[in-house]
Amino acid sequence: MSSPEQWTRPEPGAGPAATAAEPTPEQVIAGLRATTEGGTELTQLLNPEGERLASPRFDPYVADIDAEALRGLYKDMVLVRRADRESNAMQRQGQLGIWVPLLGQEAAQIGSGRALQPQDMAFPSYREHGVAYARGVDFRELLGIFRCSDHGGWDFKRHGFHPYTIVIGNQVLNATGYAMGQKFEGKVGDDDGEATIVYFGDGATSQGDVHEGFVWAAVYDAPVVFFCQNNQWAISEPTERQSRLPLYQRARGYGFEGIRVDGNDVLGCLAVSRWALEECRRGNGPVLIEAFTYRMDAHTTTDDPTRYRLSDELEVWKHKDPIERVRAHLARTGGADQAFFDDVQAEADRFAAELRDFCFNMPDPPPERIFSEVYADPSPQLDAQREEYLSYLSGFAEAGGH
Amino acid sequence: MAAPTQSRVESPATQVQQLTIGKALNQGLRAAMEADKKVIVMGEDVGKLGGVFRITDGLQKDFGEHRVLDTPLAESGIIGTAVGLAVRGFRPVCEIQFEGFIFPGFDQISSQLAKLHYRTQGKIKVPIVIRVPFGGGIGAVEHHSESPESLFAHTPGLRVVSCSNPVDAYWMLRQAIASDDPVLFFEPKRLYHSGALKAPVDPSATPEPLYTSKVLRRGDTATLVAYGPSVKVCLDAATAAEEDGMSLDVIDLRTLSPLDLGPVFESVRRTGRLVTVSESSGESSIASEIAARVQQECFYSLEAPVLRVTGFDTPYPPSKLEEHFLPDLDRVLHAVDRALAW
Repeated sequence: MSSPEQWTRPEPGAGPAATAAEPTPEQVIAGLRATTEGGTELTQLLNPEGERLASPRFDPYVADIDAEALRGLYKDMVLVRRADRESNAMQRQGQLGIWVPLLGQEAAQIGSGRALQPQDMAFPSYREHGVAYARGVDFRELLGIFRCSDHGGWDFKRHGFHPYTIVIGNQVLNATGYAMGQKFEGKVGDDDGEATIVYFGDGATSQGDVHEGFVWAAVYDAPVVFFCQNNQWAISEPTERQSRLPLYQRARGYGFEGIRVDGNDVLGCLAVSRWALEECRRGNGPVLIEAFTYRMDAHTTTDDPTRYRLSDELEVWKHKDPIERVRAHLARTGGADQAFFDDVQAEADRFAAELRDFCFNMPDPPPERIFSEVYADPSPQLDAQREEYLSYLSGFAEAGGH
Repeated sequence: MAAPTQSRVESPATQVQQLTIGKALNQGLRAAMEADKKVIVMGEDVGKLGGVFRITDGLQKDFGEHRVLDTPLAESGIIGTAVGLAVRGFRPVCEIQFEGFIFPGFDQISSQLAKLHYRTQGKIKVPIVIRVPFGGGIGAVEHHSESPESLFAHTPGLRVVSCSNPVDAYWMLRQAIASDDPVLFFEPKRLYHSGALKAPVDPSATPEPLYTSKVLRRGDTATLVAYGPSVKVCLDAATAAEEDGMSLDVIDLRTLSPLDLGPVFESVRRTGRLVTVSESSGESSIASEIAARVQQECFYSLEAPVLRVTGFDTPYPPSKLEEHFLPDLDRVLHAVDRALAW
């Protein structure tokens, strides 16, 4: 096990063979190391200590990020994390049916989300609350999904943010088709062109739809950025259950470029995403980005990660926190003072309080919502079902309630 | 992918032509593509080859590679990218090569295509037509003769239709493409090139509404209901029954979701007897749904239970046995006799 790049491929004589159910101790150790390291090809502009690292290739893409802009990215991440923690708590209090935490993935989402232009389209999975925020979707609009009062009703065109997709990997094909449309309409070819970005996790890379999305995008030169947030775990299945190669290297097999970026480095994610989107705008796409990050909380609030992962792993990743490194950098360079950090925290608390207030007062949808907008054209059958059911319900009201 | 080119587009036929179902579908596609530049055709082998049944013959030559897409070989990819293209504003018409290959695309159809309009409360429309050659009788190997339409009719959010003659083939396809709802369009593949079914198709005519069934033959002894390839079987059965002094109502459903059962109820109230005919397995099928609804609406008019003549509840057999599996004239008439003997 000389390199994390090979960590899932047992070397001859490396010990007893792994079974499908149980990896060998050597593999566990190697896997842990690879999980916490990003490998030699990890692109990183801001290290966990908050030091700015030079990158001749990607520095030009963040040349405009001065202290003020960096403070903005910091604030974005703090607000999103605070809203995420509040939502997680509201689930625990029974106000939300389920919550999908993004804790630890703020940099990947804000970095890539802030790289998008208004004309671009983003196709999220179901954990992209930070991208939604970056696209101007009101965080409150996400809550309906998790309170189970709607399926996500934001204006996707206005925000350039497609509805959440819960089936794993479906959205990768949908995004690819959308990007093909951008290409067919001639919106690709210069710096003002359009691009599409699609989000999925490391687990999704095992899905046929992701493979097919890569194939379609490659053969039609679709301007789509495949943004894989490798948070190391697909519920309880580690990345080693999805691939024996680092995920970004898969792109080569499809004939386009893949790159691994430190997913906890907001500057790195911003730079790499801007580069990839620019490649797409100019007609040089698609591009695969593997944002190497870590899911600090459970998969969802129904999950218990203590059953399948080591607390040591969590402790290692705490030192790579995406927000703390920006804070350290700002403090070290004089880009922000304590008053700034206090103000941001106060704003985040207000943001969370508003969210809580909204959630607690969210009305249930009326029963007729069951029947609405199943079809674009009228449906006499459904109209009849609705009338019959509403009439049935009104019978209870006339009888003095039910 | 070649850059869009200004290729010469021949105008669709404007005069009445005698067409087979296959040619009518081809003309329908051509007319729809001519009428709306957002209509694109996509699928495996639909371009240069013109599709394995040649339904898309000549379209890529006339409309270019950017509107007639020879896709990679994966059904989920075809449907999934079509969904994205529709979100973008295109109107994709996907061809599934054979119905038995639609299942890799079932996830995209049922999870995304059928639900996006509902999920977004109408903010996203997915005007996609999926053309599916279906049914048996062509002596094919496994997966080439199935009838999975009930699976789609059971999926809310989808429209499911099936044509049985050239006039409907032309008009129903055009109407399906113009619809803002996703439509599964089941085509009777064994009738594609039937010269006996050739009929005059008038592109300037006013078509029947898409989601309506149609009475093809009037009678008062019993009612036959069918769709797709089984319609011809029923018409032939009605002709044979006439020689025995029976007059049968024959109704072509045309639309499977929504079902337009008004004409069926009207007919059953007159004849008192109903036989439904289809090639799909009978359990939990379109035929079952019709039987349930007819007993609900026409209980006091029925002189006999609703009988179903369908494929058996087995996988499609080796095709050397398909003549036993497929409803034929004799099985239909036998069912009519049973209904009359009640």
